[in-house]
Amino acid sequence: MENLLSILLFNLLINNIVLTRFIGLCSYFGISRNLRNSTMMGLAVTFVATSSSLVTWFVNHYLLTPFGIQYMRIVAFILVIASFVQLVEIIMRKTMPKFYAAFGIYLPLITVNCAILAVNLINFDENYSLAASLVNGLATALGYTIAIVLLAGIRERLSYEDLPRSFRDVPVAFIVAGLLALAFQGFAGIGG
Amino acid sequence: MAEEKPNLRWEAEKGLLKKNPVFVILLGLCPFLAISKSVEDAIGMTLAFGFVLLGTCLVTSLIRRWVPRDVRIPMFVVIIASFVTITELIVRAYSPTLREHLGIFLPLITVNCIVLGRVEAFSSKRSVLESLADAIGMTAGFGLAIISISFIRELLGTGGIKFFGYSFTIFGQPASGFLLSPGGFLVMGGILALLKKLGVI
Repeated sequence: MENLLSILLFNLLINNIVLTRFIGLCSYFGISRNLRNSTMMGLAVTFVATSSSLVTWFVNHYLLTPFGIQYMRIVAFILVIASFVQLVEIIMRKTMPKFYAAFGIYLPLITVNCAILAVNLINFDENYSLAASLVNGLATALGYTIAIVLLAGIRERLSYEDLPRSFRDVPVAFIVAGLLALAFQGFAGIGG
Repeated sequence: MAEEKPNLRWEAEKGLLKKNPVFVILLGLCPFLAISKSVEDAIGMTLAFGFVLLGTCLVTSLIRRWVPRDVRIPMFVVIIASFVTITELIVRAYSPTLREHLGIFLPLITVNCIVLGRVEAFSSKRSVLESLADAIGMTAGFGLAIISISFIRELLGTGGIKFFGYSFTIFGQPASGFLLSPGGFLVMGGILALLKKLGVI
């Protein structure tokens, strides 16, 4: 139990996937101009990361390991993620059209969001149990959500400021991300 | 034939600056910032990335007539993943240290947006030669970007450059913060602002 808690804290704050590990950066800078879109993207990533952790755990333990073909993990995981995203999209469109309208465009983007594949590869490399994989998926993706919502909030305000021309838009976003990362370094001591 | 030569040259050159995948299109940022702590690793990353990109562009360009539009993305992703697996096995066999330094970012080339972006936007529609020229240009652009940022970060972060056994020390009191993640973001922000000021992007 304590172990799960430490995985949760570790991935949520101490070793934040975006700000400390540099994963998932394309979408992090690509769609963080607007707070609402960023929140939606964060939630979509959280949902897919958690549920694909579940699926890849079974793929790993009942398919890859028994046949000794762990080196095929990249191909297997990316297929699981791609088909899973497609499945979620179809189910959502049929059963929750309102939700789909809000979520819709972010789902296909998630297939190539490196955060998802990274979560599954970390589960694999660390040899996590099923519960630990789920917690890791959830915590890592929530860490992504926190980071992107923070950046989007700051960028939204910065867009009204009178910045030097050459720093406008993207360069200043990197500077802000650097400062956020600096702040997150402060968590480094927690939990040993 | 006389028409093709300048064309190929443009396809190869545009990746370097005009359409630099990292600085201009802002793709492939994860390995770009994570592996830019030392020049050596940056070169290794460029080689691995280039191998995957060239292989994928070659194959997708060869099979472009037989790929149904609806399932093209899954097909491309599987081709990319196969090349990444090959690369991973080769790197693990020949340079375990590089494998260790690249860590999770080697398998993550699979979801590198540059690769899928080039395949989707270019090599799945063009001839083999054009696709290869484009892939070489993009690799050169990625290499230029990652080697230049890693040069700055290694110089400021360790006070010198280590390069295949040779090491040069420029100053004695390095600011090791440049090797941490905040340093990476800040240096990238500075480079982008500088390039914007100079009118390159």
